[in-house]
Amino acid sequence: MSTVTNTTTISSIGAPNRRNTELVLLLFAVLVPVLAYANVGLAKDGSVPGGLLGYGLGLGLLAGVAHLMVRRFAPYADPLMLPIATLLNGLGLVFIYRLDLEPAVTTRGLGGPKAPGQLLWSALAVAVFIGILVLLKDHRILQRYTYISGAVALVLLIAPVFFPAINGSKLWIVIPGLGSIQPGEFAKIILAVFFAGYLMVKRDALALASRRFLGLYWPRGRDLGPILAIWALSMMILVLEDDLGSTLLYFGLFVVMLYVATERTSWVVFGLLLASGGATAVGMTSGHVKVRIQNWLDPFAGIAQHGATEAAQVLWSFGSGGVLGSGLGQGFSRLIGGIGVKSDYILATVGEELGLAGLMAVLLLYGLLIERGVRTALAARDPFGKLLAIGLSSAMALQVFVVAGGVTGLIPLTGMTMPFLAQGGSSVVANWALVAILLRISDTARRPAPAPASSPDAEPTQVVRL
Amino acid sequence: MNKPLRRVAIFCGLLVFALLLRDNWVQFVQADSLKNNPHNRRVMMEEYAQPRGDIIVDGKPVTGSTTVSGSDFKYKRTYTAGPMWAPVTGFASQAFGSNSLENIEDKILTGQDDRLFFNRTIDMITGKKQQGGDVVTTLNAKAQAAAFNGLGSKKGAVAAIDPQTGKILALVSTPSYDPSTIAGMSKQDTANWTNLKPNDPDSVMIDKALRQTYPPGSTFKVVTAAAALENNLYSNVDQPTNSPLPYTLPNTTTELKNEGNIPCQNATLRAALQYSCNTVFGKIGADLGKDKMLAQAKKFGFDQTIDTPVRAVASNFPTSMDKPQTALSSIGQFDTAATPLQMAMVAAAVANDGKLMQPYMVDQLRAPNLNVIEQTQPKEFSQAMSPATAQKLQQMMETVVQDGTGTMAKIDGVTVGGKTGTAQHGLNNSALPYAWFISYAKTAQGSPVAVAAVVEDGNANRDDISGGGLAAPIAKSVMEAVLNK
Repeated sequence: MSTVTNTTTISSIGAPNRRNTELVLLLFAVLVPVLAYANVGLAKDGSVPGGLLGYGLGLGLLAGVAHLMVRRFAPYADPLMLPIATLLNGLGLVFIYRLDLEPAVTTRGLGGPKAPGQLLWSALAVAVFIGILVLLKDHRILQRYTYISGAVALVLLIAPVFFPAINGSKLWIVIPGLGSIQPGEFAKIILAVFFAGYLMVKRDALALASRRFLGLYWPRGRDLGPILAIWALSMMILVLEDDLGSTLLYFGLFVVMLYVATERTSWVVFGLLLASGGATAVGMTSGHVKVRIQNWLDPFAGIAQHGATEAAQVLWSFGSGGVLGSGLGQGFSRLIGGIGVKSDYILATVGEELGLAGLMAVLLLYGLLIERGVRTALAARDPFGKLLAIGLSSAMALQVFVVAGGVTGLIPLTGMTMPFLAQGGSSVVANWALVAILLRISDTARRPAPAPASSPDAEPTQVVRL
Repeated sequence: MNKPLRRVAIFCGLLVFALLLRDNWVQFVQADSLKNNPHNRRVMMEEYAQPRGDIIVDGKPVTGSTTVSGSDFKYKRTYTAGPMWAPVTGFASQAFGSNSLENIEDKILTGQDDRLFFNRTIDMITGKKQQGGDVVTTLNAKAQAAAFNGLGSKKGAVAAIDPQTGKILALVSTPSYDPSTIAGMSKQDTANWTNLKPNDPDSVMIDKALRQTYPPGSTFKVVTAAAALENNLYSNVDQPTNSPLPYTLPNTTTELKNEGNIPCQNATLRAALQYSCNTVFGKIGADLGKDKMLAQAKKFGFDQTIDTPVRAVASNFPTSMDKPQTALSSIGQFDTAATPLQMAMVAAAVANDGKLMQPYMVDQLRAPNLNVIEQTQPKEFSQAMSPATAQKLQQMMETVVQDGTGTMAKIDGVTVGGKTGTAQHGLNNSALPYAWFISYAKTAQGSPVAVAAVVEDGNANRDDISGGGLAAPIAKSVMEAVLNK
């Protein structure tokens, strides 16, 4: 525990709070999407879209209020995360609006225009973000809810089984009249809370009470039990729900957090063994997954017989964009068709219209956001905060990798949404909440420690920095 | 806990790095092949994103473009007098691809041709949309109309060329189709396409003037006569040919018959062509042998495809046959088969004193700014025969029109030479014969036009089908159109 403070990279005393940096960055984060929005209108109709002012003000207001709340409630928080989240969210809205202008993918059957709804969800998400900053005074409070979190996560994961499948995956809870929510997006945060709380308590047992076998330290069965059970259960549920992407995400999250908590490489080996075993089993049995793997191996197979697959259309989108892209509003990613073009495949539109240059920039934004999260974990002074921060950041990293890798054909495609960018209410709310928790941890981490008491009487009782 | 944290940081960095690498692979290394994948709809959308250039006849476009709403493809091809020009233009369809000139000159018409690179760059800089170039054809609108109207509702084809240059003046195939009806991608277009039966060997979409070979019948006797004179079998067209009547095919007991009771015994070449004596020309073929006949036929263009640049299928003169088959082939029967274009080339070679010009239908390719980027120069296809032989054949063919089977093609004040043909075909010649006529007109400045017309008339009375009766008037009206009569 004592090593923690000594290797903290951020000097805790006298650190500038960087709120003004955040404000300047936020200006860009609002300006860039507003200009992009104008660009779409100019490219499509030759005129600045009528909703520009409303959109600009809306986004500006959201960012402004969020910034003021951060200033007030988390003054020492990381200055990059809010602007990056705002920029990605704003760009996402622009891309959804841009795709709404294509009648082929905005039919009534596909739910009509999605941008207005997404803007509402974004507002709600920022409200949740602010709510967390205001109400969650210290992230360690979450530690108290370790086992409740475990239970809630389980319920969230199981619930969609009882609702009808949408687009082949059982990921949604449908509330009649209100729409549907995707509990898996929230489950990733709550699972991270559970793992963090549980591992913080058990890490010594898991790390030290182990047997040496094959040159590695292996955990005892009794330490392994509960976590293995949760893992097996979530895997099972997810296989039942036919959603490989989330399974990968939760499992990856679990392995990363175990490794960080115990500092044992054996966990990584153990995890990889379980993962490859699970993946093989699912790949052999699930028809849904089999098809996806075939499409990944040869996206252009059978085009002459039954037309191009979505995977092929997505690749053509990327290829047609080339290095510099076709320009906003001038690509043909609508050819991908269906409902996925605004959610799962939104990166294809980014790639086609902004090109290699634009997509790399977007990927680097994600990279930056993730690394700021990891840095928060390094800076955090308490093990729970460290574990929670690394859990949330690596969840984000894995999700970005699984989605972007799937869409670009690096790995088989699995249905998940790109954080902030993709259309989807649950996703945007959950990711803003995730950023709020990270900001709370970083605020705690970067907050100057209380000055040592000056009274000589207090000399024997030093402040212990955790 | 920080050591594993740093490793996780590196791991997360590697994940993002892998994504960046993959993105570079897809959007840079593979970009071109993905972009130009034939199944990538953008390829065709690009093609139809601006109006196509036009195909031009006599200074006027016979094609056009119109915008379509609610489609991926913005512009759709239109055709003026589509059925008449279809054998020349072919079709360009949003749904079904293209053929003929529309296909061969596609890059010029869409503006994608490398030679238009400079224009494209200027357009890109000035913010203009890419424009397509034009294809200027050699065709003669009046001659085309004369041929099209002459064929009318009959099934057949006409090819006319300028013997002195090889310019194709008319290219008609009937019944025809209107390529406008299949230019789009609507349900109606699809239904029209299906109705045209594009894969049927008898489809109206086949350009019979270039793509259909017919037994040429007696019109082939011109080739046989050329071979006889070139090989000095006879030196004079008015010298008796020493041919018997009846004539029995060599090595057989089969008698070769003439059509009707005509004076063919020991006839002169002139008379034999005038009356169309099978016996005389059959014997000539047998006497010359297959090698000499084949050599002469090849000089006229048989047994090879001819690119105009639209490819004409190879006309056939059999390469391996025995003596009686050689005799039959020499009167345009057995396996001899020729496209209308091929027979027009035969007439053209005779009319142009033996020098056969390469037939072509694209005169110029023009950039959108009207700069000529390619001009076709007439070029010699072959010296099909000596000028002396050609002049003798001209005398013979002019006699045919003056006093023989081709009198229907006479034009006042113009020298016309021709040859009729009534080609028997089918099992035991059971099918209705094809009526052929090949001819040329000659003025003081040389010959401006040579025509081949073929009519397959399913409704005619069998005995009425003759080259002189059905095909000659069509050839005549085409020649008149070119001569401005």
